[in-house]
Amino acid sequence: MDLLHNLSIGFGVALNFTNLAYAFFGCVLGTLIGVLPGLGPVATIAMLLPSIYSLDATPALIMLAGIYYGAQYGGSTTAILINVPGESSSVVTAIDGYQMARQGRAGAALATAGLGSFFAGCVGTIILAAFAPPLTELAFKFGPAEYFSLMVLGLIGAVVLASGSLIKAISMIILGLLIGQINTDVISGTPRYSFDIPELTDGINFVAIAMGVFGFGEIIANLGRPPEHREVFTKAVGGMLPSKEEFKKAWPAVVRGTGLGSILGILPGGGALLASFAAYTLEKKIASDSSRFGKGDIRGVAGPESANNAGAQTSFIPMLTLGIPPNAVMALMVGAMTIKGIQPGPQVMTSNPDLFWGLIASMWIGNLMLVILNLPLIGIWIKLLTVPYRYLYPAILTFCCIGLFTLNNNNFDVFSGVLFGVIGYVFYKLHCEPAPLLLGFILGPMMEENLRRALLLSRGDWSTFLTRPLSAGLLAGAVAMIVVVTLPAIKSKREEAFQEVD
Amino acid sequence: MKIKSQRDFASGIMFLAVGLAFAIGATTYSFGNSARPGPGYFPLLLGIILCILGAIVLFTSLTIESEGGAPIGDLAFKPLGLILGAVALFGFLLPVAGLVVAVPVLIWVASLAGDEYHWKGTLIMCVVLTFFSWLVFVKGLALTIPVLPPALG
Repeated sequence: MDLLHNLSIGFGVALNFTNLAYAFFGCVLGTLIGVLPGLGPVATIAMLLPSIYSLDATPALIMLAGIYYGAQYGGSTTAILINVPGESSSVVTAIDGYQMARQGRAGAALATAGLGSFFAGCVGTIILAAFAPPLTELAFKFGPAEYFSLMVLGLIGAVVLASGSLIKAISMIILGLLIGQINTDVISGTPRYSFDIPELTDGINFVAIAMGVFGFGEIIANLGRPPEHREVFTKAVGGMLPSKEEFKKAWPAVVRGTGLGSILGILPGGGALLASFAAYTLEKKIASDSSRFGKGDIRGVAGPESANNAGAQTSFIPMLTLGIPPNAVMALMVGAMTIKGIQPGPQVMTSNPDLFWGLIASMWIGNLMLVILNLPLIGIWIKLLTVPYRYLYPAILTFCCIGLFTLNNNNFDVFSGVLFGVIGYVFYKLHCEPAPLLLGFILGPMMEENLRRALLLSRGDWSTFLTRPLSAGLLAGAVAMIVVVTLPAIKSKREEAFQEVD
Repeated sequence: MKIKSQRDFASGIMFLAVGLAFAIGATTYSFGNSARPGPGYFPLLLGIILCILGAIVLFTSLTIESEGGAPIGDLAFKPLGLILGAVALFGFLLPVAGLVVAVPVLIWVASLAGDEYHWKGTLIMCVVLTFFSWLVFVKGLALTIPVLPPALG
């Protein structure tokens, strides 16, 4: 059968010693980068450029893939442990994962994230191997109008992530979109809202916002509470693995997340990112008892983690076949391929089967390595959490600050972090949820680009979003979600689910 | 008109003000038209939407009852100022005086924000964390971070 034949080529390539070594090195490096908040892809790339150009294409790509996954795993770790999402895809994991950590279930959260990701990785690899050609076809159907509608759907779904007033959540999304407008316009090249500060022409760094709002804001809020109310990690830290009951609840979420992620990841661009938000929304909606979401429901960790890993796998399809990288590490992969004379495109599968299938096989191996690497580490992470808070928070601050500096070797990002720390505290005091703002910020530039392209293509006709069937369907879904959430019956259930625990 | 929810009142004003600011800023960029949207198109639209939403939040804060008036509560000025001040100092000192000065200052100022100040524990932390940061970031990851002040380095 074709699939087995292809996979056997792949494993043949991936299992040779050099490639295994590179995969391992990539995974370790990636995990380290993911765990240290703020140490971003730019620093990694700077470190690796010299070695990449001297390597052959296959080991180079295998290493980069390892770094990519490793960073995802590591990013989930910090999201769960200290509520600082290291990667944009771990923003959702932080919501319930951190709450679980606060309640002494950090081990279970980390293990669920790891195992769920591994399962999703396995399934994703198989899907990738079996369905790569037809999936590429599907990706071609998505034009700018469809992308825009998909993102609107994603953003509306994000209000489910908020625990307070619906309208304030939507306002936060719009605010996030606006903050994302501080950048250089892609189409015309005009710097916007930059006030002549050169660092602002590239926009504010996502990490500065995440750290300021989630990291610094959390520390300030925690210290600001009177000592009896302070929510530090409980001394009674649970075991390393999820309990039987948690496992039973989590594994359907893993399967659902994997399915959702595999589909969404195919979309070139932010597919894998949307996957984690979509999975959280899905879990919450179909949960028979959704009261614990936002307070440490294991499904809120299992679903998104599996989704983003499945999405990460399937996002290799558009990357390899269409040459569209979703982030900086992948952009480097495309670059490396081009330098080695391999043109990314639909024919990569047939012209370089060794490379293509070897990469896919090594992705699975990388996932396995990461689970093996990370599970024992969970014990160490849990120990760290029992350190008294007054020693913990300066350490967190140090790593955050250095991390911010190393983003661009510029203290501007540190000061941005300070500004967003203030803003984050304001949000906390006013009960405005920050998670929707982050989503709006991340998706803003992409949304705008697609909106403008869609309008350009339709010569200014706004009805294009409704006349194109796929786009219309997605928008209808968004409207349906708003309706469902505002219906009185659901409204009271929602309010009851979000009793303010202050 | 009584403020029924302090939090929402402040939030409404915040959204209104920010939306207005962005919208006004957007008018300085070319708007273009539907067929060829310019750089000001999206921000202006968003700014207007945010203003409307902010107005709605403001309205609900004046009309809809909430428990206890949803007070904003005390502002924790001490941790706010000290933590962010520590970070700002770090940002200022790192390029000027290097890691060995910036990190201890950060830790020392930040630890003042806690309830109890134990100078011994803080001192140990300064040393340990500075060393550890140097080990991981400068030696381990070979990042270019200034370590010593220019006079010594």
